[in-house]
Amino acid sequence: MATVRSDLLYQDEIDGGKHWSFTLRRGTVLRLIDREGGANVGMLFYNPANLLERYNAPDTLKCQYTFKLTAGHCLYSDMGRVFCSIVDDTAGWHDTVCGNSTKSMVAERWGRRSYQEYRNDWTQNGHDSFLVEAAKYGLGRRDLAANVNWFSKVRTEQDGTLVFDPEGARAGAHVDLRFDMDTLVLFHTCPHPMNPAAEYPRKPVSYELHRGDPAAENDPCRTSRPENGRGFANNHLYHLCG
Amino acid sequence: MTRQSTLSPDTAVYRKTVPAGDYWIHVVKAGQVFRIVDLEGNQAADTLFYNAADPAERYSAIDTIREQRNVYLGVGTRLMSTAGNAMLEIVADTVGRHDTLGGACSTESNTVRYALEKKCMHACRDSYLLAVAEHEEFGLTKRDITHNINFFMNVPVTPEGGLTFADGLSGPGQYVEMRACMDVIVLISNCPQLNNPCNAYDPTPIEVVVWDAAA
Ligand SMILES: [Zn+2]
Repeated sequence: MATVRSDLLYQDEIDGGKHWSFTLRRGTVLRLIDREGGANVGMLFYNPANLLERYNAPDTLKCQYTFKLTAGHCLYSDMGRVFCSIVDDTAGWHDTVCGNSTKSMVAERWGRRSYQEYRNDWTQNGHDSFLVEAAKYGLGRRDLAANVNWFSKVRTEQDGTLVFDPEGARAGAHVDLRFDMDTLVLFHTCPHPMNPAAEYPRKPVSYELHRGDPAAENDPCRTSRPENGRGFANNHLYHLCG
Repeated sequence: MTRQSTLSPDTAVYRKTVPAGDYWIHVVKAGQVFRIVDLEGNQAADTLFYNAADPAERYSAIDTIREQRNVYLGVGTRLMSTAGNAMLEIVADTVGRHDTLGGACSTESNTVRYALEKKCMHACRDSYLLAVAEHEEFGLTKRDITHNINFFMNVPVTPEGGLTFADGLSGPGQYVEMRACMDVIVLISNCPQLNNPCNAYDPTPIEVVVWDAAA
């Protein structure tokens, strides 16, 4: 898929088991890089101008007849609009149906590591991470939704059984998200809730912000499905109306 | 897997028919058994559950899928909340498979899925929004309208990561039944969808039935 990035505006790294958030302006490309392999980035999206508009995993999946997320896919809000589109992806499969790790889940699998004892090497979980970031914008438990888990591959068997596939996570893999609307992004680098690793997986993630080109008429995400053409038409109307 | 219920509608404490395109909101108490009947077949009952004592705790499709390690719902599935608690358990089911991936239809998603001109067609999320607006006593708003269950819908996932919308496995008189593990607010939109071949473009009524714990 053709690159849509131009200038590098910013780069940073976040250790495993941390959380952060920012508002990305329309036209920005966010590149996430799985530095060592095995990373997980939990992510949620909201419209900063109307926080009631948020990422809708069911609409995203059913509009595009897909269970996984990869290049060519658009990430939809509940209002039929595209928050961002996946313009490049060397990982190939990202999960959006398995949700988040919780405090009890992490304690059960990897033991309890309090902040008092371990300081910043404690074992933070995805659910609490989202609650902290959400609260910065006046959001709470009622506003959490099905999130994306970048770099985590979970496939299904014929009978619907879920299989977490560690082969999906390769060192150096990246995914590029072009933001097609201004978007509030909440994210964490806590383990995927189905990660079977023996030790709490504390995998760093690099991210870069680039200036990007807006989706052209022949943009591969816009043309990958007729549905996405209509999603971009909804964005067009939204931006016309200011 | 399917399993017949031993309960007779004659002993039910509550029965109501919900026409296509209408909503139903009601509290089902812990221990009560709650049945949804697909009266004419291939209808979708788009359903949400909330903890009646704390509606911020609600049905979570992602926690349910992950905790049972399967994307389909059926007999034995425990419907999990956002706080990791079992809200209800499916105890009888004559269909064998229900969807919780596909979500509820909305006017906005209809524009994307079908055509921009479909934007003013009645959809499930309209029913949900009317329900919470007309029932302020539950304290619910749009922020509470989340990822639901589609009872009687069949949405197979392929091993390659595709999602398909197959013909329903349901038929006239088929039902799904669950026992509540806590007091739950049940919010159903009986889907008015006119664009989806799953229901042969013909949305039809459902019946809801409740039995007391002792039944
Ligand atoms: Zn519907």
